[in-house]
Amino acid sequence: MLFELDGVWLSRGGETVLRGVDASVPVGATCIAGPSGSGKSTILRLLDRLADPDSGEVRYRGEDVRERDPLELRREVCLVPQLPALLDGTVEDNIRFAAGCGGRDPDVPGLLALAGLGAGFAARDGARLSVGEQQRAMLARALALEPRVLLLDEPTSALDPDATAAIEATLAGLRERLEISLVLVTHDLGQARRMSEWLVRIDRGTSVAEGPTDELLARAAS
Amino acid sequence: MSTGIQVSLGEVAASLALVAVAIAVSLWRRTDLEEDIGIAVIRSAIQLTAIGYVIQAIFDEDSLVLVLALIAVMVVFGAFTARRRAKRVPDALGPLIIALTVAAVGTLGLVVALGVFDPTPRYLVPVGGMVVGNSMTAAAVALNRLGDEMTDRAREIEATLALGATATVAAAPGVRRSLRSGTIALIDSTKTTGLIFFPGTMVGMLLAGADPTDAVRLQLILLWVLLGSVALSALTATTLAYRNFFTSAHQLRDPPAP
Repeated sequence: MLFELDGVWLSRGGETVLRGVDASVPVGATCIAGPSGSGKSTILRLLDRLADPDSGEVRYRGEDVRERDPLELRREVCLVPQLPALLDGTVEDNIRFAAGCGGRDPDVPGLLALAGLGAGFAARDGARLSVGEQQRAMLARALALEPRVLLLDEPTSALDPDATAAIEATLAGLRERLEISLVLVTHDLGQARRMSEWLVRIDRGTSVAEGPTDELLARAAS
Repeated sequence: MSTGIQVSLGEVAASLALVAVAIAVSLWRRTDLEEDIGIAVIRSAIQLTAIGYVIQAIFDEDSLVLVLALIAVMVVFGAFTARRRAKRVPDALGPLIIALTVAAVGTLGLVVALGVFDPTPRYLVPVGGMVVGNSMTAAAVALNRLGDEMTDRAREIEATLALGATATVAAAPGVRRSLRSGTIALIDSTKTTGLIFFPGTMVGMLLAGADPTDAVRLQLILLWVLLGSVALSALTATTLAYRNFFTSAHQLRDPPAP
């Protein structure tokens, strides 16, 4: 298993967000799906130790994530947050910053191409990009770390259907070319069907079902 | 450097006429500040009179230990006062006490070591008071801004942490802007000094009958000393306080809402 969550509880600001979540995420493409406010983004943040659970355990490849150096873990398991989250400066500044965190020298045009952006975007100011372009710039920035897993928090929630389809195609292409695992948080079961082989369904802070996406969605439909 | 000047209580009382003007303005335009003006006048009279006696006692004793004790008290009061402006910074008191101490000790130590002032209460008490006061304002402004930066830009900071950046790197832009906020006011007033306002020391010396050249030189020394102390104070406060926003695992203690 890529990730396992074992009896994970988490409170924030006096409110219980996760109530004993048990879930497993295999290598490949997984969607964590649920209504907004169900705690799915919080789960994503536990996977790369942007937060730690109050109780319970989160394991990455069989090892408690708290045993890992958090900075190294985040370079290997890289989270692409919801917008807006580009740093001040150009797209290239952003890519070079990320690469620098991992001590790498980035191939900027190559990374832009992987994220579906032309080389001309390198010099563009991040703040002046469209939402879809920002999403791709964040993807290129994350890829600069050469991660083994990408955690994507609602990567298309702010996009129209055409831009959503284009980002989904880019992500599918990345999986083929880089042998990278994807964990994608979404509220859209259609996206879960298109993008993932494994589905974890979250509702009100707890995992209500998990299994192969097709089976789980067929069972839900019947 | 200066000559003596006598100020009678009658003269002080006469200046209350201007306070009456301030109260009249408040009543007339209903700004509801009469009570605050009254409190300000009473507090300034009590506090300055008390500190006047304390300073007189220290001068009479001619004791450096008493000078240090007085500065320590000012540092603690200054840190508590500044903490009220830094409400969004967790555990701000420690960084503030250290910042004011570093600024006071560093600045006074340097001016004494360089021979700018003699290490006597007559110099160290007034200069120490100015240094602590200005350092307190700078640290309060810097931490007030830091609280806003770390809270309002939590999403950007967490996005940087998500790339495997350390808390220090993720906080650096906010820390830089906070440091700038804390020091910019004094830099600006130093730029315009003599053009649009006369600083207090110079005014005081001129009123006391000093030679304008001496007044200007002493004022320059104080302005430049204050620049150093304000920079030290804001630097120390922000450098120590930003850590309180993070855990040891480079996580934001108060992460942005999803």
